[in-house]
Amino acid sequence: MDKYFEMIRIRFLMMLAYRTNYYTGILIYCINIGAYYFLWSAIYNGKSAIQGMSIEQMTTYVAVSWMARAFYFNNIDREIAMEIKEGKVAVELIRPYSYLGMKTMQGLGEGVFRLFFLSFPGLIITSLLFPLHFSSDIRTWGYFALSIMLSFVINSQLNLLAGVVTFFTLNNEGLLRAKRFVIDLFSGLILPISFYPHWAQEVMKYFPFQAISYIPSMIFTESFRGQAVINGLLFQLVWSIILLFPLQLLWKVAKKRLVVQGG
Amino acid sequence: MHAIEVEKLRKEFKVHSSRSGLMGAFRDLFTRNYKTIRAVDDISFTVKQGEMVGYIGENGAGKSTTIKMLTGILTPTAGKVIVNGMNPHKEREAFVRTIGVVFGQRSQLWWDIAVQESFRLLKKVYRVSDKEYKEHMEHVIETLDIGPLLDKPVRKLSLGQRMRCELAAALIHNPPLLFLDEPTIGLDVLVKLKIRQFLKEINEKYKTTILLTTHDIADIEALCERVIMLDEGKIIYDGSLQRLKENWGEGKQVQFTFATEVTEEELCALTYDIKATWRKEETNSWVAHVAPLHVSDVISRIVARYDIQDINIDEMSTEEIIRNIYEEGVVHG
Repeated sequence: MDKYFEMIRIRFLMMLAYRTNYYTGILIYCINIGAYYFLWSAIYNGKSAIQGMSIEQMTTYVAVSWMARAFYFNNIDREIAMEIKEGKVAVELIRPYSYLGMKTMQGLGEGVFRLFFLSFPGLIITSLLFPLHFSSDIRTWGYFALSIMLSFVINSQLNLLAGVVTFFTLNNEGLLRAKRFVIDLFSGLILPISFYPHWAQEVMKYFPFQAISYIPSMIFTESFRGQAVINGLLFQLVWSIILLFPLQLLWKVAKKRLVVQGG
Repeated sequence: MHAIEVEKLRKEFKVHSSRSGLMGAFRDLFTRNYKTIRAVDDISFTVKQGEMVGYIGENGAGKSTTIKMLTGILTPTAGKVIVNGMNPHKEREAFVRTIGVVFGQRSQLWWDIAVQESFRLLKKVYRVSDKEYKEHMEHVIETLDIGPLLDKPVRKLSLGQRMRCELAAALIHNPPLLFLDEPTIGLDVLVKLKIRQFLKEINEKYKTTILLTTHDIADIEALCERVIMLDEGKIIYDGSLQRLKENWGEGKQVQFTFATEVTEEELCALTYDIKATWRKEETNSWVAHVAPLHVSDVISRIVARYDIQDINIDEMSTEEIIRNIYEEGVVHG
């Protein structure tokens, strides 16, 4: 376990090596949240609630989704693709650790860094600018923490799956782009799932995407209460277990198929 | 126990060959032509504990592919590989603890962070205790003279500095077996000498087995008693460097620069009875390969017949021997 913690630390150091990236990161997130705030104010236009969410809840939903995204979002799919493209994966495979496990830890290192140095300062800045509603219930915060951990797990699993596909195709830039877009759209980052047409909501129940952003944000804004919170967390937990199977299977086949490019 | 045991090892790659032209590109969208290429073709060899073996061959001969199978990165198509008593790709995680690898062409240090941070991570990864690390690595760092480089990020190091750090990184867990894939590529003479000296030292001190691929024959001459030569995926020579030299390097090379143009037939006819072989170097420059006994004979015959501008007499260099083997494609002995 030691080596995995060490990897988180290394990733921290690497993020610190490029500090300016992160200052601009805070700015970009604030601009995004601001844009969505004005968009939603226009849509609400005096209405007290849409789909059971008040404007205040909606603004908080948007802010929290983006801040949570800073934590669960990572580029490990691109990194795997790059390592295969450049043949660097050879170096990873001569190390006594699980390649996918180590990649997940790198993602976690990145996530924790962004959570502390991007999400928290960003959230403080946005709460000064826009009316956000934070729950005073400690349990909500606890559920939320648990929920974004599971978001991270599920998002990372999907990233790993997409990355490992590169072992077969050797170049899958297109797939990675599509995946990123699908996740942003169907995870509820752009629009809460409850705003989708009824049939689409039904279909979404069979995909893991809403476990990434919709569920933790709904928990944080207290739009989910009681049993709904538990159901949401269970939904996340079940998906994070289900996704392990295709991942293991694909990885096993991928290792056999590996071609190291560039000598 | 053998450090490496390889039996009938084979690796095939399926590559698709693109059709030419625009129409060809369209057809490639639907059906593709596949070709199977055999990069490593049924090779067998064993390496004893503590041996230093040079693994040589031209570009694309299958050296790197073999190393990648021996280190568990690639899965062999067929054949048996036992390294340090384990099957590399089956027991990968346990196996890679017992080996060190340096790829000359790709870095295994983390690009953006200081060298010592990489070392620290590797120390954790290989579960090296503080005591072992101190004992072993202090010496390595001193010998390779990389102490002042430790707090610099890898991207700021020169190639020679980086390669010394790579070597140190591969040795953090003091592995009994070391694979070096072109460790001296692109390095200057001084760094090369330092690296060779260092490898010799750890081989003596820890009985580290070393398998080395290189294009610099001087590396092999300085380090290896045994060479394995590969050509088109097959082993064409496996034995001591000494024997290779004796069988192929006996005799001398006499280089003549003629004042006028001469043909091979004329030269061969002139030296027919003493079995000299001729090779053209430049327009008027020819090299005769003859037994030492006949050197003076050849010179007197040629000088008597032609106008000579220059004569040089050389020993066969290892490089020369290897070139001859590749050109003629046969190994006797």
